[in-house]
Amino acid sequence: MLGVSVVVFAILRLVPGDPIAMMLPPGATEETRQNLERLYGMDKPLIEQYFIWLRDVLHLDFGMSTQFRLPVMEVIFNRLPVTLELVLLASIIALTLSFALSVLAVWIQRDGATLIIDGASGLTQAIPDFLWALIFIFFVTLYAPSIPISGRYDPRTAQDFITGFYLIEALITLRLGTFAELLRHAILPAFALALPLAASITRLLKSALEEAMSEDYAILARTKGKSRIAIILGEALRNALIPVIALTSVQLAFLIGGTVLIERLFSLPGIGSTAITAVVNRDLPLIQGVVLVFAALFIAINLISNGLYRLADPRLGKTDE
Amino acid sequence: MSEVERFSINKARSLTGRAETSGENVSRIRAIFGGAVLAFLIAAAIFAPLIAPHDPVLDDLLLINMPPAWLNSNPGHYGIDNPWSYPLGTDSLGRDVASRLIYGARVALIVGFSVACIASVAGVFLGALAGFYGGWTDAVIGRVVDIWVAFPPVLLSIILVALLGTSLTSVIVVVAVIDWTRFARVVRADVLRQKNRDYIEAARIAGSSEISILIREVFPNVLPLLVTLFFFEVGIAITVETILSFVSLSVSSGSVTWGDMIAEGRRVLNESWWVMGFPVLVLIATILGLNAIGDAMRYYLDPVLSR
Repeated sequence: MLGVSVVVFAILRLVPGDPIAMMLPPGATEETRQNLERLYGMDKPLIEQYFIWLRDVLHLDFGMSTQFRLPVMEVIFNRLPVTLELVLLASIIALTLSFALSVLAVWIQRDGATLIIDGASGLTQAIPDFLWALIFIFFVTLYAPSIPISGRYDPRTAQDFITGFYLIEALITLRLGTFAELLRHAILPAFALALPLAASITRLLKSALEEAMSEDYAILARTKGKSRIAIILGEALRNALIPVIALTSVQLAFLIGGTVLIERLFSLPGIGSTAITAVVNRDLPLIQGVVLVFAALFIAINLISNGLYRLADPRLGKTDE
Repeated sequence: MSEVERFSINKARSLTGRAETSGENVSRIRAIFGGAVLAFLIAAAIFAPLIAPHDPVLDDLLLINMPPAWLNSNPGHYGIDNPWSYPLGTDSLGRDVASRLIYGARVALIVGFSVACIASVAGVFLGALAGFYGGWTDAVIGRVVDIWVAFPPVLLSIILVALLGTSLTSVIVVVAVIDWTRFARVVRADVLRQKNRDYIEAARIAGSSEISILIREVFPNVLPLLVTLFFFEVGIAITVETILSFVSLSVSSGSVTWGDMIAEGRRVLNESWWVMGFPVLVLIATILGLNAIGDAMRYYLDPVLSR
């Protein structure tokens, strides 16, 4: 994490592009310029700037966004829930879809069905989320213009929310109409993010399930008279889960990266689309903050999945001691 | 290596190792499909001035938003006799969509192959170094790779290109700098797996130097996987270039890119779907073609699989 922070800082400061110059109105005096530099602490030597920044970051103070003239923390906290909800919804879709499909494929056991699921997941996996989003936008605009492709909610039905997690809040407070409305906006971007992930989980889970079904314990259970579906759900799935957790966690990190473009394409006010505007406006403090948040999310996901992994496979914890 | 890392490598293998379950027929179909797509693109890129019906950047305000030829029921309305002179229609500035697609293949292929070459050479070199020598070499390279993968690649490339300035070179450099880890991880894992095998030991006893062992004994075993990854990387680089030009951060204006076309088409999607539809279609075909070639190559190059 410290390494990440050094790299972020170094990259952003050592390359051309002057944020102060971008904030100044044309014809500003040299004095105004120096005042601004002092205000944002950019008049000090680079190393000192880094340590000041690092000290502030450790106090959860990321500085002021030069673009919004607001604390970076505030900007990020306003927008992070949008991204998290999108990622959550996409993961739910991906996991449901892939578990249903792979269990189905192993259960049916017909060549034709397997071939269709294999082929479809291969194709789906090859096409990146960016293109899925474009494909959705393309067909929805042309054939189903009533489905919204922009924003989080219809501004005409704007509602009050206490938290930034609109979807979850609407569900908990049982405002189902609002929930449906929010879901209509969120479903396409979430699907675009979810499809490639769903495809790769399906591939892995299906082969892991097939392997598990040919193991001794599965055959034994079969001779005891258990039905195939009971063995798949009751015994094989647990063993097949281990590689899936590892893959999902690696992929989830990509999912978070993917939100950058998906949010931009569907005009969602999350941290991904904020990152792009920050880059375009050379808003250094905001870029630094956003990149660190992304890196922190990535590391958090890895830690969680390592933990889950140990839970799913008790052997791992032991070999490590 | 953490469990997650190990599985991510296994995943890279399972992604590229699809040939294990597919036989000769599937591989042949893949090779033909991928080869056709690639040949088509290369031909389009090289002979663009000869085959493109029009100048890709020439505006013609009389021909705005003209539909593709087979939907163009009234070419006289636009003042032309033969709608097929604009086979895929025109965009909102009256530029020929087909010609822009053909010229766009140039940037796509240049970026795709340059990135894949740079990233694979750098990644293979560093990965082999880390795997073969171990110790602090491995620790340093491993740390760098760890830090690298903690950044979302798309965001990182957008930031870097924005800061380096938009040009063909900076796009290529940035994407290569981000993507070399893909190769380094696979090569490192493979070298680690092989370096303690008997045949390596035998070569060492027979007096071969470390370098020649690496090149003669270890490298041929990683090659099929690398070739597959190489073609995947071409597809990834082309996608990233499209994304960058989509957010107007790629090569400077003047050259035509598929991403520009998509961004433009997105704005006028309601009136003229063909401006966005065709570049998206071409991009999908390109990615699928490159993946197909990569998979097929693995089948033909791997002596165990093709036996």
